[in-house]
Amino acid sequence: MADVPNDAPEHCPGTSSDQAGKSSACQGCPNQNICASGAAKAPDPAIEEIRQKLTSVKHKILVLSGKGGVGKSTFSAHLSHALASDDSKEIALLDVDICGPSIPKIMGLEGEQVHQSGSGWSPVYVEDNLAVMSIGFLLSSPDDAVIWRGPKKNGMIKQFLRDVDWGEVDYLIVDTPPGTSDEHLSIVQYLSGAGIDGAVIITTPQEVSLQDVRKEIRFCKKVKIPVIGVIENMSGFVCPKCKNTSQIFPPTTGGAQRMCEELNLPLLGRVPLDPRIGRSCDEGRSFLTEVPDSPAAVAYQNIVQICHRRKVSVH
Amino acid sequence: ISINGLAQVKHVVLVLSGKGGVGKSTITTELALALVHAGKKVGILDVDLCGPSIPRMLSVGKPEVHQCDAGWVPVYADPQQKLAIMSIGFLLEDSDEAVIWRGPKKTALIGQFVSDVAWGELDILLVDTPPGTSDEHLAVLENLRKHRVDGAVLVTTPQAVSTGDVRREITFCKKTAVKILGIVENMSGFVCPHCSECSNVFSKGGGEELAKLTGSVFLGSVPLDPLLTATLEEGRDFLQAFPESSTYTAISQIVNTVLSSLDA
Repeated sequence: MADVPNDAPEHCPGTSSDQAGKSSACQGCPNQNICASGAAKAPDPAIEEIRQKLTSVKHKILVLSGKGGVGKSTFSAHLSHALASDDSKEIALLDVDICGPSIPKIMGLEGEQVHQSGSGWSPVYVEDNLAVMSIGFLLSSPDDAVIWRGPKKNGMIKQFLRDVDWGEVDYLIVDTPPGTSDEHLSIVQYLSGAGIDGAVIITTPQEVSLQDVRKEIRFCKKVKIPVIGVIENMSGFVCPKCKNTSQIFPPTTGGAQRMCEELNLPLLGRVPLDPRIGRSCDEGRSFLTEVPDSPAAVAYQNIVQICHRRKVSVH
Repeated sequence: ISINGLAQVKHVVLVLSGKGGVGKSTITTELALALVHAGKKVGILDVDLCGPSIPRMLSVGKPEVHQCDAGWVPVYADPQQKLAIMSIGFLLEDSDEAVIWRGPKKTALIGQFVSDVAWGELDILLVDTPPGTSDEHLAVLENLRKHRVDGAVLVTTPQAVSTGDVRREITFCKKTAVKILGIVENMSGFVCPHCSECSNVFSKGGGEELAKLTGSVFLGSVPLDPLLTATLEEGRDFLQAFPESSTYTAISQIVNTVLSSLDA
């Protein structure tokens, strides 16, 4: 059964929830008896369908953070660009941030629409070997708000994994929203058959970020996702005029370095703040090609190399 | 006896953004402190269940939450009890513990936070939210339906990737009939402490453009200030520590505008 059936009431807790059939919202729902009997909680057949669909995808990497605004989408986009610079590789970028999809803008694909064919939904190609899918492509206006509760978001993520015609892919990069909630649980659940190679965790140096990121790392351990490593983004700012460095987001508790030491995780690298990154993202261009010699671009390229090598030896 | 936690709360203001990491919790904290300094009794309801930032920003660590006849007693940030707070941060045994909940469970706790906390007499209750337009936001509004929501302050940073999400949040407000009190542009330029050169680290002008585009009030810009970040890290009161700063001036102006629109 669908996570939220078409005939479900507004506060449907989801057919796989503990409250399925038992919550007050379930009164009067035609599916109430089925849910209450537990029949709806049999393993979702979509998990096997997705496993089969994704046999053509060699590696799946999640980009996570507990914290918002640390650079997950920026990293996901640029990791995809960097991997796709090798023409022999096929790269796919899946954006499961349902409420705040940033990937279309960062990839210069705003206004693009998704097409349906016999073999499913076609992703949008930004290069011949770089395909992208986001709910952003399903919205008709930049003002459209996706005001969905968890179960409906879960249904969308299932469709993204099951119904998109990704084809033969070397790397599927999954960009996520901040937190440890429906989107994250759904990605893990629906990929439980197909498998996840690992997660890259993004943080900024300050404790307000790290305290959320530690929760995300706990989440990864709980759902058994290997952590490839941690990236410290917005790590210092070099003034373009006087060249002095300022710690705008100060590492008051030792930054990602100390957290990685405490949790025995690799620190993949530090990326400095650079106004040109934000500008490139706003304009939908890769700053790796726009300003390849900038310290930030160099840091990113190093990190991509390390991710490449580490994907087979994860924690 | 029905528990009606918000019965003596005069005004309720949501702090929203479509985008993560723009400074919702920061702006909520600074607005709250400014209002307390202006003599108001203030409450902060932190409904970010996965990433609750308010306890640390106000240096209230991990106190216990007690029950009284009127419901849960909020945690006070100050001995005079001018600033009351409720956050899931106070309910976690281990601060690194992840709250891995799906929507319905989040909705249920938020319902309790709104209805079962004995807020007492407050001039303003500020509601800090996570990014997005999902369960938490709908839960807060549904539970506040019995009371008046005066409106929402929307926070953005200057760049298009942020304003792009905040536009959707504006649609959310229109669809749920939440009045938009105005837009704050945070992280608006960084003045180098060494040479005073201003760098637009996160681009420029997006907040004001968004206000114009959507017919909203532009409340003002807050600069990217490492002193603000550092005091929040330590849970100190920035407004008391740096009253001469341009950041202080910016925040004060925003507070004054919000107060005028509430009294109007």
